[in-house]
Amino acid sequence: MITIKDLKKAFLNALWFIFLTFPIMVMKVNTINDTLIWRWMNMLYIGVAAFVFTLLGKIYTVRKANRSEIVKPSLIQIVNSKMENKKVRYSSLAAVVAIVILYPFLMSMYQTSIMTTALMYVVLGLGLNIVVGFGGLLHLGYAAFYAVGAYTYGLLFYHFGLNFWLCLPIGAVFSALFGIILGFPILRLRGDYLAIVTLAFGEIVRLVLENWNEFSFGPSGIANIARPMIFGQKLKLAQVTNFTYFIAVGLTILTIIVIRRMESSKMGRAWEAMREDEIACQAMGIDITKAKLTAFSMGAVWAGIMGVLFAAKTTFINPASFTTWESIVILCVVVIGGMGSIPGVIAGALIFILTPEYLRAFSQYRMLIFGIALVVMMIFRPGGIIPKIRRSYQFAADKEETQEVEA
Amino acid sequence: MNLEYFFSLFLGGLTRGSIYALIALGYTMVYGIIKLINFAHGEIYMIGAFTSLIIGAALAMSGMNPILIFVLACLAAIVYSAAYGITIERLAYRPLRKAPRLSVLISAIGMSIFLQNYVLLAQTSDFLPFPLVLPNMKFLKPIEHMMTTTQFLILISTAVVMVLLTILIKFTRMGKAMRATSQDKDMAQLVGINVDRVISMTFLIGSATAALGGVLISSHIGQINFYIGFIAGIKAFVAAVLGGIGSIPGAVLGSFVLGLTESFGTGYISSDYEDAFAFIILILILIFKPAGLLGRKENEKV
Repeated sequence: MITIKDLKKAFLNALWFIFLTFPIMVMKVNTINDTLIWRWMNMLYIGVAAFVFTLLGKIYTVRKANRSEIVKPSLIQIVNSKMENKKVRYSSLAAVVAIVILYPFLMSMYQTSIMTTALMYVVLGLGLNIVVGFGGLLHLGYAAFYAVGAYTYGLLFYHFGLNFWLCLPIGAVFSALFGIILGFPILRLRGDYLAIVTLAFGEIVRLVLENWNEFSFGPSGIANIARPMIFGQKLKLAQVTNFTYFIAVGLTILTIIVIRRMESSKMGRAWEAMREDEIACQAMGIDITKAKLTAFSMGAVWAGIMGVLFAAKTTFINPASFTTWESIVILCVVVIGGMGSIPGVIAGALIFILTPEYLRAFSQYRMLIFGIALVVMMIFRPGGIIPKIRRSYQFAADKEETQEVEA
Repeated sequence: MNLEYFFSLFLGGLTRGSIYALIALGYTMVYGIIKLINFAHGEIYMIGAFTSLIIGAALAMSGMNPILIFVLACLAAIVYSAAYGITIERLAYRPLRKAPRLSVLISAIGMSIFLQNYVLLAQTSDFLPFPLVLPNMKFLKPIEHMMTTTQFLILISTAVVMVLLTILIKFTRMGKAMRATSQDKDMAQLVGINVDRVISMTFLIGSATAALGGVLISSHIGQINFYIGFIAGIKAFVAAVLGGIGSIPGAVLGSFVLGLTESFGTGYISSDYEDAFAFIILILILIFKPAGLLGRKENEKV
C-alpha cells in the first residue's frame, strides 16, 4: 500500500516542515535581555510528525478510494429513522427533558454556569443562523448587537434601576432597531463587501463604547448590574445561578420554536430564495429590501436578548467582551454546526463551548487545536456536524405527505 | 494652520499608507485570483516580522554590521513568509478549490487562529522590542523632525515594490498567466496555464510583500507581539476593499486614502477614534460606490 515513492514524499515533506518551522520552533529569542535558546528537539518532533501525517493522509485517500462503492447510512439518517418510531421519540424527548431539569441539581455551580454560557451561544448561533444560514448574508459584526443588548440593560439599570425582565424586551427592540440601521446602508452590497461592512460596523460600535466615556463609562465598563430576580426577591448566589440557567433554557426553547416557525413562514421562504439567487428572487416578486431588513433585525433580536442575559449573568460588562473575535466565534458555531440547520447549530454551540471547558488539561493548546479543527472540518465535512436537510416535496399519487429528503 | 504639523501628518499618513499597501497587495491579488478573503494574510505579515526579529537578534549577537543584519533579516522574513504562504495555500485552500466560498473563508479563519497560537506557544505572548534599527541617514538631517530614516525607507521600498509588481504583472509570462487566471480559471486551464502554479505564485508574491511590510513597520514602531497581524490584516483588507478588491492600483490608492485619513483624523480630530476613521470612511465609500474606488462593477446574472 505504501510504496517507496510515498516514503520519499513523506521524507521530503518532513524536511520542508523542518525548514518552515526552524526559526519559530527551534530558536527562541528574548530581545529584552538578549538571550537566545536553541531547542533542537522540536526539530525532531516536527520532522516525525510531518512524516507520519503524510503517510496517514496517503492511507486515508487509498482507503477512501476503495470504499466508495458501499454507501453506509450516516449516523444522522439512522437517528432520524429511529425517531420515526413514536415510542423512541417520546422516550428520548423525556430523557432530554429530565437531563435538562436535573442538570443544575446534579452538577456543581461552576458546571451550571458553563452550561448557561453554552445555551447562550446556542441562542446566539440560532440568531446568526437567520442572517447567515437562511438569508445567506455573511455577517461579521454580530457581536455589536450582543453589545447593544448588554448595554441597554447595563445603562437602563444604572440610570433608572430598571429590572431584568423589563429590559429583556427593550434590549430585543433596541437590537432590532440597530439591525435595521445597519441594514439600510448596505442594501446594495453583497458578498464580501457586505462581510467587511458588517465587520466595520461591529468595530465602530465597540470603539464608540470604548471611547465615549460619558455615555458608556469607557473601557472600565459598568459593574454591579443586578442579577435576575424572581418576584422582586433577591436570591442567593447558588440559587441565582440555577435560576439564570433555567432562564437560559426557557429562552433557548422559545428561540427554537420561534425560529422553526419563521423558517417555514412566508418570510423564511423569502430569505431562502434570497440566499439562492437575489435577482431571480426579485424577479419572482419578492421584496428584497424587506427580506434583507427583516433578516438583519430578526437576527439581531436574539443577540439583544442574549446581551441582556449576559449582563445579568456576569453583572459586569465592558467593550472587551464584544470584539470582532466574538463575532467570529459565533460564526464558527453556525458554520461548524451546519448552516441553516437548527439541530446543527445547537450541536455546534454545545460542542464548541463545552469541549474547551472539559479539555482544561490542554488549555494551552486549545485555540491551536481549535484552529486546526476548523480547517479539517471544512475539508472533510463542509456541511457541518449536522448538515441542513432540505425540505422537498414529492409528487406521488399514493403519497400525499411531504417528505424530507437530504439535499 | 501650522504647516509643519500638516506636513508631518501628511508624511505619517503616507508611511502608514505604504505599509497598508504592502499588506493589501497580498489580499487583493489572492482575491483577484481565487475570490477568497485570505484571513490568514495578517498572520503571514506577523510571521515575517517575527522571523526577522529572531534572525536579526541571533545575528546581532555575532556582532555584524547593522545594515548587513537588516538586509539578511529582511531576506529571511521574505523567504519564510513566502514559504508559509504557499504551504497554507497547499494545505488549507487547495483541497477546497471546488467548495463553497464560505467554507474556504472559515478555513482561512481557522488557519489564522492556528498561526497566532503557534507563534504564541512557540515564542512568547509578551511584546518584544524589535532589534533591527537602522542608523540615521545623514542627508535626512534637515527634515529629521518630520521624517525619520525608517519612514524614508518605507516610502522608497514601497515605491520600488509597486514598480516591480507592475512590471511583473504587465510584461512577464507569469503576469499574463495571472491575469488570465483571474479572468477565467477554467479557460486559462484550457489554454495550457498551470493554474495551481499560478495560484501558488500569487500567494508567494503576496506573502513576500507582506513580510517586507512587517519588517519595515516593526522597525518603525519598535516592538511586536503575536497579535499584530490581526488588526493590521483587517486594516489592509479595508484598504483593499476601499480601492476595489481585486484591483492592484485600487489597493494602493485605497491604502493611501486610508493612511492619510487615519493620520489627519488622529492629528486634527481625536486620537481616541484612530481605528474608527478607517471603518467610517469604508462605510461611506461603499454606500456611494459599492464596488470601491477603482473596482469594476460586475453585472450579475441569474
